[in-house]
Amino acid sequence: MTYYNEMYEGSQVRDPYARLSQWVETMPADFRQMKQAEAEALFRRIGITFAVYGEGGDPDRLIPFDMMPRVFEQAEWRRLERGIKQRARALNAFLRDVYGRAEIVRAGRIPARLVYQNEAYEKAVVGVVPPRGVYSHIIGIDLVRTAKDQFYVLEDNCRTPSGVSYMLENREIMMRMFPGLFRGNRIEPVDQYPDLLRRTLESVAPAKCNDRPTCVILTPGHFNSAYYEHSFLANLMGIELVEGADLFVDGEFVYMRTTQGPKRVDVIYRRIDDPFLDPLCFRPDSMLGVPGLMDVYRSGGVSICSAPGAGVADDKAIYTFVPEMVRFYLGEEPLLQNVQTWTLWKDDDYRYVMENLPDLVVKEVHGSGGYGMLVGPKSTKDEIETFRKKIEADPGNYIAQPTLALSTCPTFVAEGLAPRHVDLRPYCLCGDRIELVPGGLTRVALREGSLVVNSSQGGGVKDTWVLSE
Amino acid sequence: MKLRIFHQTVYRYDRPARNLVQSLRLTPSVSEGQRTHDWQIDVQGGIRGPGFRDGAGDWIEGWTVRGPTEEVTVTVTGRIETRDTAGVLRGHRELINPLAYLRDTPATKPDQALRDLALTAKDAADPLGLAHRLSAVVSDAIAYMPGQTGFHTTAAEALEKGEGVCQDHAHALIALARLHDLPARYASGYLHTTADGDAHEAAHAWAEINVPGLGWVGFDPANRCCPDERYVRLGSGLDASDAAPIRGIAAGHGIETMDVAVSVEEVERFQTQSQSQTQS
Repeated sequence: MTYYNEMYEGSQVRDPYARLSQWVETMPADFRQMKQAEAEALFRRIGITFAVYGEGGDPDRLIPFDMMPRVFEQAEWRRLERGIKQRARALNAFLRDVYGRAEIVRAGRIPARLVYQNEAYEKAVVGVVPPRGVYSHIIGIDLVRTAKDQFYVLEDNCRTPSGVSYMLENREIMMRMFPGLFRGNRIEPVDQYPDLLRRTLESVAPAKCNDRPTCVILTPGHFNSAYYEHSFLANLMGIELVEGADLFVDGEFVYMRTTQGPKRVDVIYRRIDDPFLDPLCFRPDSMLGVPGLMDVYRSGGVSICSAPGAGVADDKAIYTFVPEMVRFYLGEEPLLQNVQTWTLWKDDDYRYVMENLPDLVVKEVHGSGGYGMLVGPKSTKDEIETFRKKIEADPGNYIAQPTLALSTCPTFVAEGLAPRHVDLRPYCLCGDRIELVPGGLTRVALREGSLVVNSSQGGGVKDTWVLSE
Repeated sequence: MKLRIFHQTVYRYDRPARNLVQSLRLTPSVSEGQRTHDWQIDVQGGIRGPGFRDGAGDWIEGWTVRGPTEEVTVTVTGRIETRDTAGVLRGHRELINPLAYLRDTPATKPDQALRDLALTAKDAADPLGLAHRLSAVVSDAIAYMPGQTGFHTTAAEALEKGEGVCQDHAHALIALARLHDLPARYASGYLHTTADGDAHEAAHAWAEINVPGLGWVGFDPANRCCPDERYVRLGSGLDASDAAPIRGIAAGHGIETMDVAVSVEEVERFQTQSQSQTQS
């Protein structure tokens, strides 16, 4: 398999990397080691040590930061941006539809059972239209590249995608350590993200709010692996970080306890999952949520971001229909491609996958974090056979995809620069407008040859640059 | 049938409780089989919060009591006229696709015994016949016996015991129907009982099964019948907890005890000043 190298075309350095190439070549090895140590110390001091996508594991583990940036030129980024926004529009249109008249189901473009029997489909919000019809306000779309102009969407994250604090911190640390780099390269900024996020949240305040909306971030608490990110974002946005016990329902609204007395809350950016939001509507044993919250939400007294039930759009089984959503709702051809996906509960797909396991990647439908997956070409015969038994026991729990030739980006290793595989998660904001900051979070598989970029599987992160015109 | 309903629930706390929040599903459904003349919900010392009709067609009302208080009383009084629709829920406006009622919850999750029981009713001619068979199967398998099961008893546990109350019958029937790929749900409401009859519990529950061509049809295995004019329907859900007429929680570490009084009386006629008060 050959892999697209983001920096080199043969031995030629690609244009966007020209200056970086000089920078690397003239950097003495001991200086590099010193800087790497400095970066690590900075990350430790800030305390940014959480597992990127709620993957569990040691919450205090530092995710390795690689100093070699990943670079997009303006034109490349513009194309990607159009594709991401298009997908975000389609996903929200789908959510509006399946909690309303479900035209896409009536039209037979997506199987009814896939929607209504989906665990994430929440019947409690059927008929509830959130402000501006937006259900998913922050959409993280995981992309991989296989050629200069070929990007694939690996998955959509419509609930509460995390990792954006890494995007911001990676940039911050690079600028602090190498200010010269940012003088010599015209790099689009990303630090407006917190302002854009706050504006997005305010733009979806309920109609009953007639003042400047009060927004809060609702966290499950400090034991959560992404707690750092919750407090980081609250800080940068200048809004309160609250836990369930800080909020209460009184009459028709939700209030937060403050030292000046109760203050009405209009928009809740929640970082807790649907089942825990409200013990009076969902899991009765949940201590993390706010009793009565869903009644207030359903009667239009507060906005919840993302809206309860938004998860039905990012399920791995629903994923295969996103291109269809783009055509159905927008009347456009999808700009971003899906990865071909075999669903193992279909007989034909099952047969094909079982015959070709050594070539495929197999994932659990509801799995995340790179756990419970098989990368056929990177596995031993024994590993493949063990996995085959797991599939046989519960075929409905798996999907399979071809092994993609993920692009590589030069990455610092002990001997200097070496190619390592990367992906990209941009964060698309949906409120009265749809917008995203140029770039996103680049994850890199630090182990040589590895195609799994998840931090739990030895992944690291990089600063991601989009060059100005 | 003209029915007068009185339903009072008193919650007592051994230590003062604060910030009580309740979500009430205590207003009769709007359907062909029932016409509400007047209906009042009152939570003593409470503030009426949001009220809305949800996707299942249920009228939901939130209430909060700031407290501190050692006692909260929820009182429902109302008059309603019912008629027999042979168990079919007709003229009931709802938005949720029936397929959303195929998923199981812990209360309805089938075990091997429920699976085996489901198989005993597979020779029915059509879905309606099957639903009737399943209801009869549940009536036979679980004898009516109060006090043997509790609110958290699952369908599987009740079947193993062979005894239970209307909640257990409904859960078991829901589990069996879903095993046959028929959408099924829990309905809660009231039942008019004659003084000397053998009908059960005035605060009642039964199952509804979605039958192609007919829509939602009620089945009451506890009384071996389909809901008729003696039944008043309040709302529905995936199971008893999801369909509960009252869901509430209070801040504080006290122990809560509860007293419930329900009466469903038949009256000759309603007083003249009564007026329609359905919320829609």
